[in-house]
Amino acid sequence: MKLLPTAIDWRAPRTIVAIVVIATFALLPVLVGDEGGFYVKFATRVLIYALAAIGLNFILGFGGMVSFGHAMYVMLGAYCVAIPAQHEITSGWAHIAIALAMTTVIAAGAGAVALRTTGIAFIMITLAFAQMLFFGAVSLKEYGGDDGLTLATRSNFALFDISSNAGLYYFAFVCVLVALYLSWRAVLSPFGLILRGSKANTRRALALGHPVFRYQLVAYVLSALACAVAGVLLANLTQFASPAYGAWTLSGELIVIVILGGLGTVFGPLVGAVLLLALEEVLPTLVEATLPDYKSNWMLLLGLFIFFIALALKRGVFGSLRGGKQ
Amino acid sequence: MTAQLALSQLLNGLQLGVLLFLLAAGLTLVFGIMSFVNLAHGSLYMLGAYFGAATFAKTDSFTLAILAATVGAGLVGLLLDRFALTKLYTRDHLDQVLATFGLILFFNELIRMIWGPGSIFMQVPDALSQTVDIFGFTYPSYRFAIIGAGLAVALGLYLLIQKTRVGMLIRAGATHPHMVASLGVNIKWLNTLVFALGAALAGLAGVMSGPIMSVQPGMGEPVLILTLVVIIIGGLGSIRGAFYAALIVGVVDTLGRAFMPTIMRGIFERNTADAAGPALASMLIYLFMALVLALKPQGLFPATAGATR
Repeated sequence: MKLLPTAIDWRAPRTIVAIVVIATFALLPVLVGDEGGFYVKFATRVLIYALAAIGLNFILGFGGMVSFGHAMYVMLGAYCVAIPAQHEITSGWAHIAIALAMTTVIAAGAGAVALRTTGIAFIMITLAFAQMLFFGAVSLKEYGGDDGLTLATRSNFALFDISSNAGLYYFAFVCVLVALYLSWRAVLSPFGLILRGSKANTRRALALGHPVFRYQLVAYVLSALACAVAGVLLANLTQFASPAYGAWTLSGELIVIVILGGLGTVFGPLVGAVLLLALEEVLPTLVEATLPDYKSNWMLLLGLFIFFIALALKRGVFGSLRGGKQ
Repeated sequence: MTAQLALSQLLNGLQLGVLLFLLAAGLTLVFGIMSFVNLAHGSLYMLGAYFGAATFAKTDSFTLAILAATVGAGLVGLLLDRFALTKLYTRDHLDQVLATFGLILFFNELIRMIWGPGSIFMQVPDALSQTVDIFGFTYPSYRFAIIGAGLAVALGLYLLIQKTRVGMLIRAGATHPHMVASLGVNIKWLNTLVFALGAALAGLAGVMSGPIMSVQPGMGEPVLILTLVVIIIGGLGSIRGAFYAALIVGVVDTLGRAFMPTIMRGIFERNTADAAGPALASMLIYLFMALVLALKPQGLFPATAGATR
C-alpha cells in the first residue's frame, strides 16, 4: 500500500497553501513565544473546530448529506470526558474510547433514521436530533443541567502530557493531521468513490448495484466520530462541558466553516476554521474601534457575512485555488 | 391527576398546536411552492412579537398590536423575498440554509440593538384577561381566544387555497410553475404573495404568543425547530399535514411535559424517574418524529400532486 493515495503536484497553489498552513501551525507555539498564552489557546480552538469540520465535510462535501446537527456529536464527546471525570475516571484513552463507542451507537441509530429521508427533510431531521440530545443534556440535573460541568483536571493521556496548553495544542494538531490524512485516503478509496458517486447521482449509483444507504451510513458514523474527538478535545481545552456545545448555532458554524474553506476539498475545513474564528476575533475589535456604542452587536455583521458567503462564495476560499491534476 | 388538570393541559396543548400551525403553514407553503427552506421564519415570528408588543405598549390597543405585527412581519417578508432571497430560490438547499442562518443572526442582533438584550413584557389585553367558566371548569379566556383565532385562520387558509382563484394559482404554481408562467401569470409576484402571507401568519403567531411567552431576542429559534418537526411529521409542502401535525405535536409536547414525570414514577423508582422524566418529556416529540419517519419517510400526509392540499 502506498503511503500517499495520489501523486502530489508540488507547484499547485493548493499544495503550497496547505504546506504553509500546516507549517505555520506546527511552529506556532514557538513563533508566538508565549507558551500556553492566548494565541496558543485560540489556535487550539481553531484546530478543534477544524477537526469537527473535517468530519462534517466528509459527508457534506463528499457525500452530499447536509447535516445540520453535527454539534451534537461535539457535545457528546465533551460529556464523555466530563461525566467519567465526575466519577473519577481521568484516563484520556478511556474518555476517547467511551466517546467513540457512544457516538458510534448514537450516530448509527440517528443516521439510520435520518438517511431514510433526503434533501431538506434530512437537514431538518439532523437538526431535530441535535435538539433532542441538547434538551437531553439540559435535563441531566445531576450533571449540571443547563449550567454544564467543570473539569477539575484535563484527561490523562499517559504518554502525551496535555496538562500544559502547548501539550494540548500539539495533541490537537496531531489529531487534525491524522483526520486530514484519513479523510484524504478515504475520499480517494473505492469507498470514497462510491460515496462521491452517490452524491453526484444517487439513482445511478443504486442502479449500478451499490448499497448506497450502507455507504452513507458508514460515512455518517465516521464523520460523527471526528466530531466526538473534537468534543473530547474541546472539553479538555475549556475544562468544561455544557449543552451549549450542542447548540444548533454551532452546527451552523460548522457548515459555515466547511463552505468558507471549500466544500468537498480535503484541506478546506482547516482553512475555513482559521478564517471564521479569526473573523469572530477581529470583528468585535473592529466594531469597537469604529462604532464603540455598538461593540456588542458585531454578530449583526457576522450574520450578513454568512448571508453573503452563501450567496457569492460558490467554491470556498481554498476551493477556488487551483489544485493538482484531478 | 384530575380530569380538570388533564383537560386544561389538553387545551394548553391545543393552543400551542394552533400557534405552531400558524408558523408551519407559511413555512410549508413556501417550501411546497418555491422549494425554499427558510430558517429565518422564526425571526419573522420574533419580529411580529416585538412589533406587537411595542405597538401595544404605545397605543394600548390589542387590535392595533395584531395589525402592526401581521402587516409589519408581512412587509418584512415581502422585502426579504424581493431583495434578499430571490437569488436563493434556484440554489440548492445548503445555500438556502446557510443564508437564512446568517439572517437569523442578523435579525437577533438587530432586535438586541433596538430593544435591548432583555425580555420585554407584554400584557394580556384587558378584554381577555378573565377566565371562562364551563361546567365548573375554568380556563383563561386569552388562551381560548388563541385557539379560536388559530382555527379561524386554518379555515380561512383552507378556503383561500381550495376555493379562490389565487388559491388555484398557488396550487398550480406548486406543481407546474413554468406552465402557470406561460399562461400569463406573474409567478414571481405569486411567490412573493405567498411568502408575505407566510410571514404575516408568523407575525400573527408572534404577537399572540407575546403575552404568554417571553418576548426576547432569539425567541424564534425554539419555536422554529418545533415548526420544522411539525412540517416533517406532516409531510413537506402539505398544509393539511401541517395542521394535523401541529395539533399532534402541540398536544404530545404539552401532555408529555405535564404528565411524563408522574407516569415515570409509576414505573421506576423515584430517583430514576425524577432524572429521566423531564429528559424524556422534552425528547418526546423528537422520538415521535423518528418513529413517524421510520414508518413513513414522507410524513403522515405527504403532499402528492397538488402540493398544497
